Amino acid sequence: MKAHMLSILVENRAGVLSRVAGLFSRRGFNIESLAVGVCEEPNMSRITVVAYGDDAQIEQVKKQLNKLIDIVKVSDITYRDHVARELALIKVNAETGASRAEIMQIATIFRAKIIDVGTRTVVLEVTGDSEKIDALEKLLRHYGIKELVRTGRIAILRGLKTVKSQKPE
Amino acid sequence: MKTGANILIESLAREGVDIIFGYPGGSVLPIYDELYDSSIRHILMRHEQAAIHAADGYARASGRVGVCLATSGPGACNLVTGIATAYMDSVPVVAITGQVPTSMLGNDAFQESDITGITLPVTKHNYLVKDANELAGVVREAFYIAKTGRNGPVLIDLPKDVNTDLVKNPVPAPDIVSLRGYQPTYRGHARQIERAIQLLMEAERPIIYAGGGVIASGASQELVEIAERLLLPVTSTLMGLGCIPCDHPLNLGMLGMHGTEYANFAVTECDFMLAVGVRFDDRVTGKLETFAPHAKIVHIDIDPAEIGKNKPADVPIVGDAKTVLRDILARVSTRDAASPWLQKIDAWKKNHPLRYNDGDGLHPQFIIQQLSDLLAGEGIIVSEVGQNQMWAAQYYCFRHPRQWLSSGGLGTMGYGFPAAIGAHFARPDEQVFDIAGDGSFQMNIQELGTVAHYNIPVRIAILNNMYLGMVRQWQELFYDRRYSYTELPSVDFVKIAQAYGIEGMRVESRDEVRPALQAAIDAEGPFVLDFRIEREENVFPMVPAGAAINEMIGGHQQ
Ligand SMILES: Cc1ncc(C[n+]2csc(CCOP(=O)(O)OP(=O)(O)O)c2C)c(N)n1
Ligand SMILES: [Mg+2]
Repeated sequence: MKAHMLSILVENRAGVLSRVAGLFSRRGFNIESLAVGVCEEPNMSRITVVAYGDDAQIEQVKKQLNKLIDIVKVSDITYRDHVARELALIKVNAETGASRAEIMQIATIFRAKIIDVGTRTVVLEVTGDSEKIDALEKLLRHYGIKELVRTGRIAILRGLKTVKSQKPE
Repeated sequence: MKTGANILIESLAREGVDIIFGYPGGSVLPIYDELYDSSIRHILMRHEQAAIHAADGYARASGRVGVCLATSGPGACNLVTGIATAYMDSVPVVAITGQVPTSMLGNDAFQESDITGITLPVTKHNYLVKDANELAGVVREAFYIAKTGRNGPVLIDLPKDVNTDLVKNPVPAPDIVSLRGYQPTYRGHARQIERAIQLLMEAERPIIYAGGGVIASGASQELVEIAERLLLPVTSTLMGLGCIPCDHPLNLGMLGMHGTEYANFAVTECDFMLAVGVRFDDRVTGKLETFAPHAKIVHIDIDPAEIGKNKPADVPIVGDAKTVLRDILARVSTRDAASPWLQKIDAWKKNHPLRYNDGDGLHPQFIIQQLSDLLAGEGIIVSEVGQNQMWAAQYYCFRHPRQWLSSGGLGTMGYGFPAAIGAHFARPDEQVFDIAGDGSFQMNIQELGTVAHYNIPVRIAILNNMYLGMVRQWQELFYDRRYSYTELPSVDFVKIAQAYGIEGMRVESRDEVRPALQAAIDAEGPFVLDFRIEREENVFPMVPAGAAINEMIGGHQQ
């Protein structure tokens, strides 16, 4: 079992997300993370799904996804040269001046931004791969995380290649 | 100015629809009002499940798209089993449902149900139309999707206001549908076809394993031609019956759980398998590891997701069965007959024929054989589900594709009778028989009302064992004869038929079988035959669930 990253180009129609999500759950896969947004093509969206499965299982899911009428392209980019990012917003306790200073130091090391400062909390914004965000979260736990919001992973191929320009697999 | 309902009926007519099976209700009143003076015929069924099965039977018998219509909420929900049935067997139907007005969507309004959500996993595609302007295009697309690629059901959900809205200049349907996300492959890959032929020519013990895809693609003729030219024995799935005439010397009949011994032996020993329009279903393969263990497998299917799903293929060919088989035919002439193999198969056929205990009492297999004989293997045979289905599949001598309609993938009891009604309207000149079980028949028995109403000459032959026979058989074999809730009390089906004004006859002995069948065949209208068969007759041979298919019980080894 391995985390696979699927980049799915879909027609921007009502219900398309539930078609995609439903297919995963129907075939017994948990979606690890999901990100949806408009993309470079008009009336299209790109969905990035991270799901665990062996290569054969993921291949089967890919074929099933391809059968959905609203889905234009499905690419498994797990083994292709890509960069991936997630975004997290973390609200941390910062009651004392000392902890506040430490948190700001940690933020600098992680190239996180402080985007809100309250009397008793600060909010950090961080982007990076999952491991980086996990590491930051672990460090901040010491101060008390009041709330953590994390997006699904998004990814893009390196260099000239695009997911769109690939032939349908 | 046109209303949505107007556009809908016009669009259906443009798709060549001549008949709709349906049931009215509040949200579809505007559509029914259009139907009142439309040239499209509407058959009022007695249950929405029957409407979708009838549309399915119409589609399977004709190869055209079947259409059904139901109201919102309960009406739409009653379609679900039938949609799932059509989905599992890849049948092209378009189901049209009413919906609450768009302004009320999502409010739990009276008779609202999220039918596009509910049917998401059992439709090839579905639509909730929110603008009457889109309607013509949606109908065009729906028919296109249902009937191309791997066929399947498509649902169109129409809120009431979409049906009543006036549209000034409705957007016409495109002449050619083009969908970026849907481009089925018809032509097989040339190099793969080359490889397939090479393996085929090298084979010593080849076999063809043919399924519903052969029927759907209209490839039966090509299949028989390949078989004859290259001397390939053919076994077919439940869904593939009729792709080769039953009495063809190369035919091995059905394989799998209730297949013939010789088909299952041949599959187990073959060294090459040409799998066409099949999906290696568990009822066919039994234990997967021992299914065709020595074979190089060439798998032809229009749905890439079926190839390699259950059994890896040595040569996968994505494409339409007819197109691919034609391409193969164009490149092969003859093959040195592997006569030892065919001799071996002939010996199996001789020594392990289908058989039953033909002693005293009324045996269902005998009834099917007599019917097959009387109709000379012609006509349309529809089945219910259970033992009746397997006996019909085993003992009727099918000669043509689209002659055998049965719920294979879902195994839906209650399918047969309404599907037979649909089949009649598809091919009114054919004798249509529903081979029924007493349990299944009672699942859509209300359709006696429909056949009486329209005087539809469908014949129902109930193989009445007063049991949910197939379940009882499993209880007998695997649960120590503990017949838990499978016994059905006797029902006087003839009297029920008579109450609807339908002729019927009870048959209790062997001698009465032929005259009774003949009476049904000669009847002007519908006819019910209540055959009181041996109650504990079993379907044999049988591969126990999860066993290898050459490990059959009730065969000749014992
Ligand atoms: C709708 C539905 N419910 C339950 C079943 C499970 N089932 C399969 S065969 C069968 C018994 C069918 O009885 P009957 O129609 O009398 O046919 P027989 O096997 O006796 O010929 C049952 C209950 C089913 N296939 N479909
Ligand atoms: Mg029965």
